[in-house]
Amino acid sequence: MLENYLPILVLVGIAFAFAVAVVILSRLVGPNKPNDIKLAPYECGMPLLSSARDRFSIKFYIVAVTFIVFDIEVAFLYPWAVVFKQLGWYGAVTMGIFLFVLIVGFVYEWKKGALEWE
Amino acid sequence: MLSILFYLFATVAIFSAFYVTKARNPVNSALCLVTTFICFAVLYITLDAPFMAAIQIIVYAGAIIVLIIFVIMLLNLGTAVKKRYTHALAWGAALSVIMLFITNTFIRRGVPTGKLGDVTTQMIHSYGHTELIGMALFTEFLLPFEIASILLLVAIVGAIILSKRQV
Repeated sequence: MLENYLPILVLVGIAFAFAVAVVILSRLVGPNKPNDIKLAPYECGMPLLSSARDRFSIKFYIVAVTFIVFDIEVAFLYPWAVVFKQLGWYGAVTMGIFLFVLIVGFVYEWKKGALEWE
Repeated sequence: MLSILFYLFATVAIFSAFYVTKARNPVNSALCLVTTFICFAVLYITLDAPFMAAIQIIVYAGAIIVLIIFVIMLLNLGTAVKKRYTHALAWGAALSVIMLFITNTFIRRGVPTGKLGDVTTQMIHSYGHTELIGMALFTEFLLPFEIASILLLVAIVGAIILSKRQV
């Protein structure tokens, strides 16, 4: 059972080793002559307009909450999907009620213009 | 092999949880929390609970962390807070020592792994973890499941009322 996860473990190990190796190698091999322009967050492109540490608009928050709500909805769909055939119509109706309540929320959000960038 | 894995990921989980409280930059704290959650997901897999592991990554390491990072950015906590001694530190230390003592006495008194439930490892292996959760969710715990949808609806409405200029 657990040996099914061995490839994932190997992948995690390779990814970790690669990340550590790249950081160490670039520190060891690469020349280190910093100046102001090189240390800027974007070495090429637009000059900085302001600090990245500004307060963000509350508009982003509604995107985050929407993401969480529908992410959790999807999380509930996984166990439903695997037993869907066993549950039959009973499962379809109970999940239908669940989804209906969330669709009411989705329509409310849509009608209130929360999905638009004002 | 399994115990080596357990100790490896448990150690990483404890260290990253420590850095959640230690890091000066709140965004670093949030990223350390992601590491902790991923280590928990690995521990869930070793406990034959792959669905819990997937949910741990999808909901906690995905959604909850996004919310935490958004709150950090909304509050503008970016500037590092200088460490200062307050009495809260002493109180917190005293409380955690008491907590450790109480937990220790409880663990010594009872069986640390707890009582075995109806669902055995053989059942999980033959029937499947996600299937077991699905059947339990749609038969025994149907009402809490439907109430969860109301909870999510309230979250949507609350977020709109709090963040829209005019509702």
